[in-house]
Amino acid sequence: MNHTEQDLVTEDSPRDHYKALVKRSPFYEKQVALSNTNKWHRWKAYTVADEIECMEQEYFAVRNSCGVFDVTPMSKYRIGGPDAEAFMNRLVTRDVRKIKPGRVGYTVWCNDQGKVIDDGTIFHLEQGVYLLCAQERQYDWLMLSALGFDVEISEETNNIACLAVQGPTSCATLKAMGLAGIEGMKPFGLTHFDFGGAKLMVSRTGFTGDLGYELWIDFDSAEALWDALFEAGKDRGIRAIGGDALELARIEAGFILGGVDFVPANQCVRLHHDRSPFELDLGWLVDFSKESFTGRTALLREKQEGSRYRLVKLNIEGNKPAHNAYVMNGKGGKTIGAVSSAAWSPVAKANVALASLDLTKRINDNNIWVEIFYQKELKWHRKWARAEIVKDPFWNPERKRVTPPADV
Amino acid sequence: MGKQHYDALVIGAGHNGLTNAAFLAKSGLKVLVVEKNPYIGGASVSRELYENWTYSNCSYVCSLFRPEIYRELNLAKHGLQVTPFGGSVTFTRDGNFLGSYPDPEVMYREVARFSKRDANALERYHADTAKWCRLIRPFLMRTPPDPTSFRPKDWRELAFLLKKFHGLGEEQIYEFMRFFTLSVAEFLGDYFESDLVKAHFSGSGIIGTGLGPFSPGTAYVLLHHYMGDVDGNIGTWGIARGGMGAIAKALAGSLREFGGEILTGDGVERILVKDGRVTGVALESGAEISADNVVSNVDAKRTFLKLMDEKDLPAQVIDKARNFKIRGSSGKLNIALDGLPTFTGLSKDNPLYKGDFHFSDSLERIERAYDDWKAGMWSRDPYLDMLIPTLTDPTMAPPGKHMMSVFVQYCPAKLADGDWTDDKVRAFGDTVIDQMAEYSPDLKDLILHAEVRTPREIEAEVGLTEGNIFQGELTLDQLLFNRPFPGYAQYRGPVKGMYMCGSSTHPGGGVMAAPGANAAREMLADLKRDNTVPEDFGDD
Ligand SMILES: Cc1cc2nc3c(=O)[nH]c(=O)nc-3n(C[C@H](O)[C@H](O)[C@H](O)COP(=O)(O)OP(=O)(O)OC[C@H]3O[C@@H](n4cnc5c(N)ncnc54)[C@H](O)[C@@H]3O)c2cc1C
Repeated sequence: MNHTEQDLVTEDSPRDHYKALVKRSPFYEKQVALSNTNKWHRWKAYTVADEIECMEQEYFAVRNSCGVFDVTPMSKYRIGGPDAEAFMNRLVTRDVRKIKPGRVGYTVWCNDQGKVIDDGTIFHLEQGVYLLCAQERQYDWLMLSALGFDVEISEETNNIACLAVQGPTSCATLKAMGLAGIEGMKPFGLTHFDFGGAKLMVSRTGFTGDLGYELWIDFDSAEALWDALFEAGKDRGIRAIGGDALELARIEAGFILGGVDFVPANQCVRLHHDRSPFELDLGWLVDFSKESFTGRTALLREKQEGSRYRLVKLNIEGNKPAHNAYVMNGKGGKTIGAVSSAAWSPVAKANVALASLDLTKRINDNNIWVEIFYQKELKWHRKWARAEIVKDPFWNPERKRVTPPADV
Repeated sequence: MGKQHYDALVIGAGHNGLTNAAFLAKSGLKVLVVEKNPYIGGASVSRELYENWTYSNCSYVCSLFRPEIYRELNLAKHGLQVTPFGGSVTFTRDGNFLGSYPDPEVMYREVARFSKRDANALERYHADTAKWCRLIRPFLMRTPPDPTSFRPKDWRELAFLLKKFHGLGEEQIYEFMRFFTLSVAEFLGDYFESDLVKAHFSGSGIIGTGLGPFSPGTAYVLLHHYMGDVDGNIGTWGIARGGMGAIAKALAGSLREFGGEILTGDGVERILVKDGRVTGVALESGAEISADNVVSNVDAKRTFLKLMDEKDLPAQVIDKARNFKIRGSSGKLNIALDGLPTFTGLSKDNPLYKGDFHFSDSLERIERAYDDWKAGMWSRDPYLDMLIPTLTDPTMAPPGKHMMSVFVQYCPAKLADGDWTDDKVRAFGDTVIDQMAEYSPDLKDLILHAEVRTPREIEAEVGLTEGNIFQGELTLDQLLFNRPFPGYAQYRGPVKGMYMCGSSTHPGGGVMAAPGANAAREMLADLKRDNTVPEDFGDD
């Protein structure tokens, strides 16, 4: 398989590719046209928007109407061939056989030590053909894992453009765009539509914890899709959003982020700085009824002997976000962990955080405190705040689950 | 000067000798450095051999230099400035090249031009190499423990070593045992499939080493070149403004500020010993200088076999010194250029032009180059590490003119067909220039002057036995508590008051300054003086 061409930027002189520092997704020009902040960051090979116009407005689009985020840079791999199911089942901790064709499953995959390499989604496209999507590149691990399996793995990152369309009016917008029957799709469902001759894949998935969909299409049809989508949503509060708004939404939803809430195991340099699924509160993704999968022995041992960490969602008193805060056992007590993500949640009206607790320490769940530092006009304040461990996502609306969604 | 007495006398003004002397002087000791050459620096030297061109005659790039020492000795104040330079290039025989770009995404794309799998393996490769670096770096500013001693300090240091080792985790401990006996080719084979990619990364595994890319032990040598940093960016290399001599110059400035003295142009003939204690040195000029402590910056072989009377030494030390592996395997060309040469396929505005260039596009070519060396010839198709420092450092040549530094692997100290002669040295230089000219049509026309150095010249000028750039091979049998040899790894010599501070001692060669600093710390402990040597910054 010759993979190289698709990774090049300047076709006339491939060796001068360094001049084109970052790739632009097929939605880039559309976003540039809307952007008045010119704030971007890099996600692997691509540049993506931090903010298009106004972070608050973009966030509220997700919670109140319809926000559109460009997730094209997501690493995407198509896995097929006679052993595809067996391969996927060995790769990930979940039982892939339970993800039927036309369904999507969230999962993690681990190394032999049972530590999470990444989390992501498996799209069961058709019987025995999968699309694996993740934030980080997985080709190296997939190819190592594929030894002995009769599978074909092809990278689709630079072939499939993807938009996350999230928020309460997302379904109505897509219906107005002509996606007949979209309202009947259940969460984690997956269907295909014709879009002007191109194949449009739609899944009811997202990273916001709200009603939402993701649209998948080839690069060539991407701009047309954007136009149709924004036309259909113009009376339903549609708005392009940047990564800052998405970040707030995902924290409210209690979703973890690689490189922030955990270090991908194959990039981790320091011993014990990686995390197992149990340590990320994702034990529900580990299916020991499967006879073998990568990391199983280590995870079984962990299950018996105990974990090193525990990821918790914290609801913290006051309104000062606990960025980078230490977590203490009792006010002024021993340090038992640290916050990895924190935000004031406008929609839940709560001061929320994800934190990792060190299970070698003595922890009283009912007496957890965080030490928050914040600055006002060069003066630093230090504040002790009580924190409550909560089980459910901070934001978990009914509409996320209801089928059909309300027609608004 | 003959009647003068010093608390400590350092033999050799290499960067380690100067570092050692500076820390001793800082503690208030009366210190003298004696250098045989009329100039200082040893292998960290810059000289003007052609009017207005600065030659870094030996070492040419800086990464290993310990930042703790840089800071503690106020080297910035004494004029030292190290600027990172971007990347490296390996040219292929079919007119293409593979470059290392500092930006990880550009690097991904670049490697993907040759292998998508290899591009995807870069992250794992860098994470794993970072793991090994993290293990090794904490030992650079420490004295190796003596595993046979029962002194509390050695126990403490051994415990530290075991703790670091244990900190690797189960899997990595197995891997680690493999690592030290692995060849660089095998190590890279764990990550990459493209021969070009492997050849590109393998160079650091053989530089200065009498081993080939398929020889066990070369994986460590790669790490030795990767474990340094410029401002915390591990693996990054930089250019010392004004050439590598700027390092020696800054160290000398620091030394003098602390009251230390330097005597140049008179070498030490003999380390004087009386009743099992050093008393001073006899100089080549005939003068004698008395000193309570004598520190040798010269390599272990030369120190014990040339500078000391064998009768003053335990027989086993003589034997160990004789068997010390210090094979010359490198040469160097320094070329003054009338302009910037063209290299086919690489445009001059590519930032990689500032990086180092290689012309060996397969592991096999490098191994064959090594075969020639084993047979007692210089490589007919050598591995080159070529750099044009004037693209980063404007001070080394007039504007528009350039300096070219070419490190050559392999070049033997002894030729199969007899001694080195001036003709052979010239022929060696031609081999190197011819190889580059295959990729650079205008190179030969731009050459104003070339300095060609084989191990013969390096040994004669710097005193490095056989011209070995590290003052002794960096193989496991000569590392940590075995460097330079077992029982003598804590910088103390076999005679009271005699010490070693050169690259022959832990943690080895390169312009690192750690051996000199560590030796000073041990000496100050023996002399019951306050320690002036800083601890390492730490990676966590
Ligand atoms: C060609 C070459 C290229 C290199 N490239 C690099 C590089 O790019 N980067 C890097 O980090 N390292 C490089 N190295 C390695 C590095 O330069 C050396 O390992 C390091 O400089 C050695 O320093 P030292 O102080 O331990 O000893 P030396 O520099 O060897 O110092 C010993 C000193 O003792 C003096 N001396 C010898 N005999 C006597 C005597 N009898 N009396 C008085 N004085 C005496 C010598 O003249 C010399 O000044 C290179 C080495 C060489 C040879």
